[in-house]
Amino acid sequence: MLKVEVIHGRGVPLDASDVDTDQIIPAVWMKRVERTGFQDGLFQKWRRDPEFVLNRPERAGATVLVSGPNFGCGSSREHAPWALRDFGFKAVIAPSFADIFRNNLPNVGLVPVTLDAAATRKVMDAVTADATAEVTVDLLRATVTCEAAGVVAEPFFLDEGARYRLTRGLDLIDLAAEAEEAIGRHEASRPFWMPRTNGQVEDVFEDSGVEVA
Amino acid sequence: MARNTLLERVWAEHTIDGTGGELVYVDMHLLHELTSPQAFEGLREAGRKVRRPDLTVATADHDVPTRSRQVPLSDSIGRRQLGLQIRNSREFGVELHPMNSLGQGIVHVIGPQMGLTLPGMLIVCGDSHTATHGAFGAVAFGIGTSQVEHVLATQTLRIAKPKSMRVLVEGTPSAEATAKDIALAVIRAIGTDGGTGHLIEFQGDVIDRMSMEGRMTLCNMAIEAGARSGMIAPDETTFAYLEGRERAPRGEDWERAKEAWAAYRSAPDAEFDREVVVDVDGLRAMVTWGINPGQAVPVDGRVPDPETMADPVSREAGRRALDYMGLRAGQSLADIPIRTVFIGSCTNGRMDDLRAAAKVVEGHKVAAEVTALVVPGSERIKRQAEAEGLDRVFTEAGFEWRNPGCSMCIAVNGDRVPAGTHSASTSNRNFEGRQGPGARTHLVSPETAAATALLGRLAGSAEIS
Repeated sequence: MLKVEVIHGRGVPLDASDVDTDQIIPAVWMKRVERTGFQDGLFQKWRRDPEFVLNRPERAGATVLVSGPNFGCGSSREHAPWALRDFGFKAVIAPSFADIFRNNLPNVGLVPVTLDAAATRKVMDAVTADATAEVTVDLLRATVTCEAAGVVAEPFFLDEGARYRLTRGLDLIDLAAEAEEAIGRHEASRPFWMPRTNGQVEDVFEDSGVEVA
Repeated sequence: MARNTLLERVWAEHTIDGTGGELVYVDMHLLHELTSPQAFEGLREAGRKVRRPDLTVATADHDVPTRSRQVPLSDSIGRRQLGLQIRNSREFGVELHPMNSLGQGIVHVIGPQMGLTLPGMLIVCGDSHTATHGAFGAVAFGIGTSQVEHVLATQTLRIAKPKSMRVLVEGTPSAEATAKDIALAVIRAIGTDGGTGHLIEFQGDVIDRMSMEGRMTLCNMAIEAGARSGMIAPDETTFAYLEGRERAPRGEDWERAKEAWAAYRSAPDAEFDREVVVDVDGLRAMVTWGINPGQAVPVDGRVPDPETMADPVSREAGRRALDYMGLRAGQSLADIPIRTVFIGSCTNGRMDDLRAAAKVVEGHKVAAEVTALVVPGSERIKRQAEAEGLDRVFTEAGFEWRNPGCSMCIAVNGDRVPAGTHSASTSNRNFEGRQGPGARTHLVSPETAAATALLGRLAGSAEIS
């Protein structure tokens, strides 16, 4: 994964609370089995409105989405972060995020910027008024700057684990391999009553038949 | 700082390493076809294996049609995804309950059904309603596909421990209020982001008296309050549900396990990061009027007026809701024509739910304009219900009796609410377009759904004699 240290780009306002993952990308996109190419699903329904902010030509190429509280609530679908990433976003600023979504964003290299509600409002108003307004998200210092909003080096919250791996560009699976011995020790000491599965694909009813891709 | 809570205990037992965030061990990894294909592809590309196929189980639930299951399916995209799931399961040695098998069902229904969900476990799935399993005193939560790949490869997850939150449910609800109504009342009370950053432990007399299936309904909806998950300490109700389940311990092991599980509870002097009391005294059957699960009122109530809401965020959300739902402030909910009724989902697709709905329906007819369907949560539940004659109760009343799956809760299998029309649904989300583009969803309990199907308008079961 690429290192993410500083993000600098224009902001886009999406001034609503509780923007759920069904709005970010409708569930039907989850029937795809690919890992990229989700940009057209991003806010699909809202984008049918030609005046929707992401359809405005002056917003093209913006990389920082600014939204309201409880952003990303609902399903655990990583398709939502994938769609934001494929569209070109690098960070989302909001006063609060739904937990699972907040944990998913860094796994695709995007930054969930949890910013104080008053500062978020200032940034929201500034990027609403001026499509050229720029926002800087500095992961090393954990600060947000948007001069047009009068927000300078405002601290934001990002959990330490996410910051650690984003700024180092670490592959988490490789990182876990370093804990192999400890994982093995844990496995040897699990309680006797823990259930097991059987590794089998269960037979289907006689009259149905199943195809394999 | 939290101390001596159930969450702290289970989390500590699973923590392996503290550097760069916590690494926790996963006891059971549940998979479904929508959120796992890219994870298997990632393993394949990196030349990795599934570390513990014996702690992994998959089922087909989201894509499966609920009407005809003759293959090949007409839905070519779903067919590809289901076929890929079978191929991945065979290649990586993962237990799979495919469409048209006896063990198939909604992932959060079959886990407990098989006895794969036990107290003190740490369970994950690429699905937010994994919270359901917390009803057994497990820490169970949804993860993204990158994390699914991480768990497949390492059986661990690098994730910060959620904060602990106690929701003490107090008071005596009315006889018509079910676990679903209590869930909606809790979300309304604490807000759709009331649990953000936390894992909720539900406590109180109401919870102690609640059936295991009711507890699953309640924990299932914890995610809709913004919480990572919900959980309830195991007790005799839990043990009675688990005894004799296929994968649960047996004989002497069962007795020893029960002793071990009895310790999975918050200490009387436990300290939570946050504590909330929700009073459900006299609670009526609840129904949502808006586009998030916190926008709920009693079933005989009226659509609230957003302009009177003090909180600007709620006011704006209320305006958006009225606009999407095509409702006016002050309108009686009983005046909304309901065209679709859906009974099913990981929230309310279990045996008790079907029995309760059938009891309301028996001897009555579905209203002429209503399409009503019952989608059992699993193939075994479907067969059990048929053995009890519930399928006939439903079909004689005019309900459609379907095959198990997620169906109209997420509407990716062809089961949809027609655009611009209203549904009463026992599922968990009333988000815009969730049940199909333009669908207007009202979340309700199975009993309320049943009564609504008969009357063609939102109605509590008390209205049916």
